[in-house]
Amino acid sequence: MTVSNDPLVQFQHVQKSYDGEVLVVKDLNLDVERGEFLTMLGPSGSGKTTCLMMLAGFEPATHGEIYLAGKPINKVAPHKRGIGMVFQNYALFPHMSVEENLAFPLQVRNMSRSDQEDRVKKALDMVQLGDFGKRRPAQLSGGQQQRVAVARALVFDPDLVLMDEPLGALDKNLREQMQYEIKHIHERLGVTVVYVTHDQSEALTMSNRIAVFNDGVIQQLAPPADLYERPENAFVAQFIGENNRLAGTVRELNGEHCAVETVDGSIVHALAVNVTKPGESCTLSLRPERVITNPEPGSVNNNFQANVVELIYLGDHIRARMSLCGNDEFIVKVPNSAGKSALQEGASAPIGWLEEDCRALAM
Amino acid sequence: MVASASSIESSSTSGVIVAEDGIPLKAKLARTTRRTRLRALLLTMPLLLFLVITFVIPIGQMLLRSVNHTAVVNVVPNFAVAIQDWDENDSEYPSEELIKIFVQDLARARKVREVGKTVGNLAVRVNYEIPGTASIFKSAARKVGKFEDENYREQLFALHKKWQNPNLWRTLKRISHAYTPSFYVAAIDRQYDEQGNIVKKPEKLSIYVDIFLRTLWLSAVITGICLLLAFPISFLMSVLPLKTSNLLMIMVLLPFWTSLLVRTTAWIAILQSQGVINNILVWLGVFGDESRPQMIYNQTGTIITMVHILLPFMVLPLFSVMKTIPPSYMRAARSMGGSWLYSFYRIYLPQTVPGIAAGTLLVFILAIGYYITPAIVGGQDGLLISNLIAGHMQQSLNWSLAAALGSILLVIVLFLYWLYNKFVGVDNLKFG
Repeated sequence: MTVSNDPLVQFQHVQKSYDGEVLVVKDLNLDVERGEFLTMLGPSGSGKTTCLMMLAGFEPATHGEIYLAGKPINKVAPHKRGIGMVFQNYALFPHMSVEENLAFPLQVRNMSRSDQEDRVKKALDMVQLGDFGKRRPAQLSGGQQQRVAVARALVFDPDLVLMDEPLGALDKNLREQMQYEIKHIHERLGVTVVYVTHDQSEALTMSNRIAVFNDGVIQQLAPPADLYERPENAFVAQFIGENNRLAGTVRELNGEHCAVETVDGSIVHALAVNVTKPGESCTLSLRPERVITNPEPGSVNNNFQANVVELIYLGDHIRARMSLCGNDEFIVKVPNSAGKSALQEGASAPIGWLEEDCRALAM
Repeated sequence: MVASASSIESSSTSGVIVAEDGIPLKAKLARTTRRTRLRALLLTMPLLLFLVITFVIPIGQMLLRSVNHTAVVNVVPNFAVAIQDWDENDSEYPSEELIKIFVQDLARARKVREVGKTVGNLAVRVNYEIPGTASIFKSAARKVGKFEDENYREQLFALHKKWQNPNLWRTLKRISHAYTPSFYVAAIDRQYDEQGNIVKKPEKLSIYVDIFLRTLWLSAVITGICLLLAFPISFLMSVLPLKTSNLLMIMVLLPFWTSLLVRTTAWIAILQSQGVINNILVWLGVFGDESRPQMIYNQTGTIITMVHILLPFMVLPLFSVMKTIPPSYMRAARSMGGSWLYSFYRIYLPQTVPGIAAGTLLVFILAIGYYITPAIVGGQDGLLISNLIAGHMQQSLNWSLAAALGSILLVIVLFLYWLYNKFVGVDNLKFG
């Protein structure tokens, strides 16, 4: 096995508590491969930022060990770890020009003045801010500040860059544009990135793998498509993308499939993800876009009549809220394509879905 | 929409932007905001009046009083005008004619006895210039009524030999103006010699310049100590959780809740030679019972007590600035490889400059004019210039000299403020 195949970062049984009573991070085990873009995704208070801070060295781990390139770093001071970091509010030094900001990590490393200038220029060109070097951070727009922060974290060629919700302060359009830019920079430089966010679309757009955090525990660690298509538990299913949930009890279990009785007594055929025995209560998880209105007879094995409660026109699709299987909040996304028979509020409509699209998850 | 767009275009080409009805936009805006501006003026009016009455006018009066002293002009008005024609290089004494005017003025002043225009006022004024002359004016005033109407000079000179001193008459000529620089001359330890030149006062009579320098030096020392003490505690408060930092803040502000006088006297109890600290030091064997260190009624006492009293004025601006510096700056600097000390020096410290500037300016200006504390604990060598000013206000009643000293102090403070503005920038200050 070559060195490059070793994980760059390893968390081993890491626990963290601030007050000695509550564990913010519970037994974290995580490997980050070299060159990977790994996102820690989760709601606020889920422990993701704490993990990042422990990796950066600003918070000590209460228990366990973190390895960087095979070496334990619990006792290594932050400034000796050689990790680049982008902060939520950029943390650009307000009393220095953009160039001076970028030169800071190079000065610390006693680099010669001409090398410093070369590197600063290269880094600024990388984020298309070549002409802005003399300005103060306050004279830049939010997006420009963001780019400077990224350039500053990369200018000293760290192996690892940490990003702590770096796009949180930007408006929606700029955020999407920056997502692509950061993604492309990552692809071009091959640097390892650990990215923290609570925005799932950001995570899905940029990451090689996503670790979904909740309650101090990684709920699922998987590539974006897997996470969306095959959530392993109810939290992930709910957190990633929109999701319809139906509560029920497992009645039959045969191999990969199962039949679930919902609260109003109807039977739903679903994929058995982690249910183990009949009689177990479970949650059925179903994506709104996988529900078919007016299904061809025989094309799907779940067929229901649902009451249309509300229709919301959203341009490319229509969002229909329906009442079904004892759930008044059942959402169906109907594509706004030509020739589709329109749904009527208050009317009843036939809907259905494939057994494979509906996932039965243990509670 | 199209019409209005074109009108804006046409108006902007002519230079002045006009509103829809042709009135210039600036005038229109001024009209719509007039009410707001009027209200703002009304809201500030009480404070403005208060400041004018209690601050601007007294300061103006003080500045005026430092150069304006009307005793001679008021008491012997005719003589004050006439003596200006006497050339002291020609003759030793003024002419008989002039002395007659002087004697008549003196007699009239004694008869009228108008408040502020008595012979006593004149005597005090001359006494400032030539100490020990007050009595001859008073006794002369009593006797000039009985003078015969000839040979005024002989009769006057016969009263006391001090009248025969040519310097007295030269001085009288010099101070026979409503406006005089002589109080500033005195305030910088200078005096007029017999030829009317400004010369240094003898060493043992020079006090003001030394005390001005001492005031500046002690204020600088107090400010420096305050900064050294306040910086770490402010930093700690800015990084601690709110609950702990609030507690610390209360402890910092606690002295504010106690009377200044009580605090100052408390220091006497603590620092005096039979006081708490000395007793402990003797008990510990650091000093012998006979060689207890003197920590009060001298400069040490002034410095210790004033640092204690002024410390909150340093902590508050520092804390308020440090509170706004997010911890991510230091973290960013450290993640980029700067050691804690280096990051602190390069990143944190420069951002606290507005707080340091505000705190030092505040403490220094407060210290330079401080009165009560040095008066109580300063002894002789811990006195500051404000104590001398108060002395001239209350004991020697030489208000003009007090005003001149006060004006010099004001000029020094303004000069320092100007220096500060030049190097730090006043808009960089941040008080909280």
